[in-house]
Amino acid sequence: MLPAFIYVFLVTQIPFVLTIYYSFFSWNLLKPGSFQFAWLENYAALLTNESIRIAVWNTVLLTVAVIGISVVLGLAVAMILNSEVFGKGLMRTLMIAPFLIMPTAGALIWKDTLLNPLFGLLPYLLTPFGLGRVDWVNQFPMVTVVAVEVWRWTPFMMLIILAGLQSQNPEVLEAARVDGANAIQQFVRITLPLVRPFIELGALLGSLFVVQTYDSIFMLTYGGPGEDTTNIPFLLYLVAFQGYSIGQASAIGVVAVIFTTIIATLALRTLFSIFQIEARR
Amino acid sequence: MTDRKLGSFGPLIAIAVVLALVSTACSGAGGGGGGSAKTITLAAVDNPQMADLKKLVSDFKSAHSDIDVKIVTLPEDQLRQQVTQDVAANSGRYDLFTIGTYEVPLWAKKGWIENLSPYIAKDSSYAVDDLIPGIRTALSYNSNLYAVPFYGESSMLMYRKDMLAAKGITMPDHPTWDQVAAAARAVNTSSVSGICLRGLPGWGEQLAPLDTVVNTYGGRWFDEKWNAQLTTAPWRSAVSFYVNLLKTAGEPGAGNAGFTECLNAYNNGKVAMWYDATVGASNFTGDAAKNSGYAFAPHVVKDWSGWLWAWSLGMPASSKKKDAAWTFANWATSKDYIKLVGNKLGWAHVPPGTRTSTYDLPEYKTAAGGFATVTLESIAHADVTHATVDPVPYVGIQYVDIDEFQQLGDQVSQEFAKVIAGGQTVDQALTKAQALAAAVGKKYQT
Repeated sequence: MLPAFIYVFLVTQIPFVLTIYYSFFSWNLLKPGSFQFAWLENYAALLTNESIRIAVWNTVLLTVAVIGISVVLGLAVAMILNSEVFGKGLMRTLMIAPFLIMPTAGALIWKDTLLNPLFGLLPYLLTPFGLGRVDWVNQFPMVTVVAVEVWRWTPFMMLIILAGLQSQNPEVLEAARVDGANAIQQFVRITLPLVRPFIELGALLGSLFVVQTYDSIFMLTYGGPGEDTTNIPFLLYLVAFQGYSIGQASAIGVVAVIFTTIIATLALRTLFSIFQIEARR
Repeated sequence: MTDRKLGSFGPLIAIAVVLALVSTACSGAGGGGGGSAKTITLAAVDNPQMADLKKLVSDFKSAHSDIDVKIVTLPEDQLRQQVTQDVAANSGRYDLFTIGTYEVPLWAKKGWIENLSPYIAKDSSYAVDDLIPGIRTALSYNSNLYAVPFYGESSMLMYRKDMLAAKGITMPDHPTWDQVAAAARAVNTSSVSGICLRGLPGWGEQLAPLDTVVNTYGGRWFDEKWNAQLTTAPWRSAVSFYVNLLKTAGEPGAGNAGFTECLNAYNNGKVAMWYDATVGASNFTGDAAKNSGYAFAPHVVKDWSGWLWAWSLGMPASSKKKDAAWTFANWATSKDYIKLVGNKLGWAHVPPGTRTSTYDLPEYKTAAGGFATVTLESIAHADVTHATVDPVPYVGIQYVDIDEFQQLGDQVSQEFAKVIAGGQTVDQALTKAQALAAAVGKKYQT
């Protein structure tokens, strides 16, 4: 146990402590001699900086939209895969595929092969509807990022919700049918309450990762146009590696960690409550 | 019952969670250094000229058996990050790196890079007077040379003579932007765009050509007292002109078009004109190579509005093998290297824009055809110290030579990209850009 503990401590806690330490200094790599204690200056700047406000808003918007849509789609796909359809195994494997593609490669394929206004597949398919030559990435940047992230996260939601659906006792559904419940009533009254904890778990775990979305934004929009798709992680990258303001970037990092920790705590609680429900049965 | 249920969904959740963890665990390992005392490490930008250098390193080694050269090539943005971190942290990972005219004066001032003038003085055969004067100025700090040029460029207008002739247009050698815009609109069709201009955000991408337009319209980033000037009339006219030209006769998807995208469009006959780096012409193929004409950077108020850039070899002050590093830098930027490239790889491969003598070589004149003169004269007339109509407190043509410009330029170009995409007006973008620039200018007002 001890070696494992030391290893985990070294690789996770020391960088974090250093980040907190740096966040109190006005350190810019390009300014020799700028390594000076600055009290809470970096944190105060977070409150007044408009870019931060935009980034927080974009992060919330992106996370809520991606999680919301992918939960709905994931639930739908999970319902299909849970029923007796032909080629279920193959379908499930295909459905997981987007999640297995590297985010960077996936985003590149979207940007260049699917959405490119000159030779992309989507503009070509949409030409009969008068939507050819639409520059999706630049004209609808947030929609594009959300679409790509939904494509990526729907399989994750599907897997977790499918797990919940498969734990459903078919006898209960059959009893409901005998009692005269129609398909919608069965779904709303019986299935949905059963998979609700699984949806919550999926949404919270997903939020943890979607809050950190960086690769697809870097590849698709580079945070633009303007600051339309700059979320907190991407802003952190810009501040650290375009502005070389290590102190400022560390402060953003610390605040981002606090936010994700809150979400993570909620996620873990939900996870435990599922296991408690299971144990009680 | 309970066991069966747990057994069925447990693995699925486990798979999902593990997948999520694995997919976010990115690899970010960097290359290691080390080696014997004779090994020097060069961090080089990933471009065709550097690829040629890599091929010819064996020639260097056969003449200098005691020095081993390791070349690390990186894309421009990553190179900049790696090298900046390296010199700022004084880590001595590299003995040489390729840096541009933007970095050299800034880093020389901070003492991050070595003064190369003493090394040059020791070697009379280096012919420092042969270096093109404008490039020398741009790579100097306090009259000392802090980097040696490997490749230099300005900007020019490249156009398809056949496409323009079909509409009865002849392009003058020194066109005005209005003439260029009129020609672009005349030849613009649904399948062939009039002109390709960079729209891709980034201070080194979209902002490079746009800054030259601003300069020739009479605009400047800061006045002599470091007051930001982005809401002035010249900026408004220049940015409106650029965006309107892109919208009426520019390439589709302009917001994603950088140097590479425009080069592809021009080579494939998708655009009739292209205003960009002089090196673009070295990469033409097919019809583009046969039927292209070249004109100097278009102007409005200020003549000679072409930009100036040189990828150069600089030596970090932290290098522990400075003599060996200089031996290599000397070889790679010498007259002999240019001839070596010409003889071994072909004269079209010669790194242009560094030495006046290159343009006297008959073989190069033949290979570089129409654009050799335009390139040389554009570079000769590009002056980083007098790029604007009104006086400015900074140097630089297509950039402002201050530390903050990388971030400022990126942010401002993002605002213009939003204008190109139709997300806001020119005035809205300039107001935001003005606020960003004013914040930077404040740091220089004392």
